[in-house]
Amino acid sequence: MDPIKPLRDAISKPLWEQIEKLEPHLSNKPDPATKELPRFHWMHSTFDAIKTFLFVPPHTTQSGSHIRDGIDLKRTMFIVIVSMLPALLHGILNVGHMHFVSQQMYLGLFEGFWHKLGFGLLHVLPIIVVAYGAGLGVEFAFAQFRGHPVNEGYLVSGMLIPLIMPPDIPLWMVAVASIFAVIIGKEAFGGTGMNVLNVALTARVFLFFAYPLDISGDDVWIAQMADGYSGATPNAILAKVGLTGNLMVPTTETVYSTTTQTWGHYAPLDAFLGFIPGSIGEMSKPAILIGALILVVSGIGSWKIMVSLVVGALFTGFLFNAANAGFDLNSPFMAVPPHYHLIIGSLLFAAVFMATDPVTATQTDTGKYIYGFLIGVSGMIIRVLNPAYPEGWMLAILVLNVFAPLIDHFIIRSNIKRRLARG
Amino acid sequence: MAMSMVKRLRKGLDIKVVGHPANKLESYFSARTFAVKPRDFIGLSPIPKLLVQEGSEVLAGDPLFFDKANPDVLYSSPVSGQVVEIRRGEKRSITDVILISDEIIRYREWPRVDPASLDRQAVIQRLLETGAWPLVRQRPFNIIADPGDEPKAIHVSGFDSSPLAPDYNFVLQGKKLAFQQGLDVLRKLTSGKVHLNLNVRHKPVDTLNEAANVQINWFDGPHPAGNVGVQIHHLDPINKNDRVWYVRPQDVITLGKVFSEGKYDPERIVALAGPEVARPRYFKTRLGAGVEQLLANNLRNEHVRVISGNLLTGQRVEPSGHLSFYDDLVTVIAEGDQPELLGWLFPSYPRPTASKTYPIITNDAPEEGFVVNSSMHGEERAFVMSGQYEKVLPMDIYPVHLLKAILSRDFELMEGLGIYEVDTEDLALCEFVCTSKIDVQDILREGLEYVRSQS
Repeated sequence: MDPIKPLRDAISKPLWEQIEKLEPHLSNKPDPATKELPRFHWMHSTFDAIKTFLFVPPHTTQSGSHIRDGIDLKRTMFIVIVSMLPALLHGILNVGHMHFVSQQMYLGLFEGFWHKLGFGLLHVLPIIVVAYGAGLGVEFAFAQFRGHPVNEGYLVSGMLIPLIMPPDIPLWMVAVASIFAVIIGKEAFGGTGMNVLNVALTARVFLFFAYPLDISGDDVWIAQMADGYSGATPNAILAKVGLTGNLMVPTTETVYSTTTQTWGHYAPLDAFLGFIPGSIGEMSKPAILIGALILVVSGIGSWKIMVSLVVGALFTGFLFNAANAGFDLNSPFMAVPPHYHLIIGSLLFAAVFMATDPVTATQTDTGKYIYGFLIGVSGMIIRVLNPAYPEGWMLAILVLNVFAPLIDHFIIRSNIKRRLARG
Repeated sequence: MAMSMVKRLRKGLDIKVVGHPANKLESYFSARTFAVKPRDFIGLSPIPKLLVQEGSEVLAGDPLFFDKANPDVLYSSPVSGQVVEIRRGEKRSITDVILISDEIIRYREWPRVDPASLDRQAVIQRLLETGAWPLVRQRPFNIIADPGDEPKAIHVSGFDSSPLAPDYNFVLQGKKLAFQQGLDVLRKLTSGKVHLNLNVRHKPVDTLNEAANVQINWFDGPHPAGNVGVQIHHLDPINKNDRVWYVRPQDVITLGKVFSEGKYDPERIVALAGPEVARPRYFKTRLGAGVEQLLANNLRNEHVRVISGNLLTGQRVEPSGHLSFYDDLVTVIAEGDQPELLGWLFPSYPRPTASKTYPIITNDAPEEGFVVNSSMHGEERAFVMSGQYEKVLPMDIYPVHLLKAILSRDFELMEGLGIYEVDTEDLALCEFVCTSKIDVQDILREGLEYVRSQS
């Protein structure tokens, strides 16, 4: 079944002919007759990227297997983007919702729905546009200078960056961070596939250390928050106060629980459904789980990493509980039951979309279990034991990105040892 | 057969392609020209020493050329007739020695003898003289066996699991005696085991099932379960300095006839298959047959690619070209050189894939399989995805790391990661499934050549 057959029949041939006509003017190779570069050779990468977006080029197999799988990197990256859309859509709505809640307006989720959506779009779309624009600009420039095709990897990074930003982040910061991430995080290592660190997290960690006030604390997680409302995230509340019953009650009680329609606390369901302050894409756990389902069913995201990360986090949570009780530490955050950690902050988002980046994760199957588990453990340690900042997944993943090759190295060594022992 | 003896392989992939050869044999078919192509032999000098010239008359079994570095191994004519052309490629390398066949084959003759009555050296000597020796190959490196070695075992894979492969149950039926005579020759070549590896999924014919003086091993699994390299890996893996030999089933019969009939008679049943073949079926012909007559009046369209061998590992040949030395399959597919509007998102026709990103509804192949073509379905990229190759390689080997070791020319790492255990055909599915469209077989071939030149 071909859903776009009429379109294909109508425009495929003339469009391709136009592209073929333009090709000589945009080539990056000198004209064989005049030995001069064509006039628009500096546009070659951009042209090539657009051309190969519109058409799978008519390349045939030249060596090895005569037939090739229908999958390519464009399709793969597209599926990843689709998997992030539910989280993005929720993020847009929630940015608006939290803004109006802080103004004590439209407290019901669907009250003022269009206002909320509009407000969210106005805040989130520019961030997306800037993240893509800045990052892709650098990508295209590098592709042009180094003579390689534009890689699809940034289509995912450019979507991930907005999802892990606070909604009020200044746009110039998004641009600077995106450019930094592409140049230092990726191109310096040789482009997509060669980078050691997760590109989107490189962007975020850059802002985290360069402009900490704009990406941490209690005041950045709600766009244009009204004075007097507490912008504390459930993370921050649990770090300071711990659980009150099963509720998250801040010291200043000006927060609103959407699901119970009461002031003064967040309920677990608020955190699960994502009606809490935080980074744009990390809040709705159902949306993230839909994304996880898409990634796992399509075989693109590694369930091994997702599951072992969650197991690692729960395991560490239990240890904290036990340590807190056993040594009388009186730490409210350590006393929080482990499953609460799954619904607050960016644990789940990190597990599904960040840790699973195949380039920066471990490559071996056994390595994936270890890698995920260690992220789970170290992310919880940073989240709970770090007094300055009650979240840990960004740093945990970046640290394990660095150690991923080492984990693989040990797995590979044991394979080699097995082989040598046999001989 | 004790079930516990079955080696079950879970990893791999059966690619369903239309155009399976029907179980129908064209016995009276005769190709006009035949060729022996020095490039079919890995490691052979590009300019072997010719023993014939254009116009020479030869008998089946007369030597055509040999490699000066290895003068004992003769490469003989599969037919009687006349050498019509010695085709040369770049730097005067010899690409094809082409013969026109007589209607009735005349043979150079040797005394008939029971191989059991000969000593090992005499058996080897006879195989070398007749030109049958190149049919025996060794792992690692997939080169012709060195007559000076003694292998630790000899393997015959009794089934071919690759796409559209000939069905040996059909090809070997009624040839029990000839096949057994060939196995008895192999028996003389090693003091180790002679393994006959069979497919538990399709009950083998008597020829295979009732073979004697061999160790029969059962395999169950998708392609590449039929690859001899995969089978060796699971039965008795190759270590450094090991030599394991292997022979393809039809060639086993040729080896037997060298003794039982005293002649080099490389008769082959060849399958013609693929979506562009109007009537896919089997032909009785000989090694190196010209494909032109096979294809005559049997193609669905003109713009096709003719492949000697299977879709994953075969060599492209001209429509006037010839089967390669070790092939008994000709596959014909369409060239996939059409641009496809948004093809990465909306495929315009169903295509085979191991990826789960193609919902059945947009990729519903007909029951009998996919109509495949030679499209890359995308562009080459750096390695991005992980775990993809491992799913189609039923071996305890890390393919991506092995390839990276090859690219960085790290000899010890290649050895450690098991380069001696694989040949390009074993990693062909990795190349098929690769999202980044990496030329896996080329890289592995480079690595194997590098290791061979170093050792």
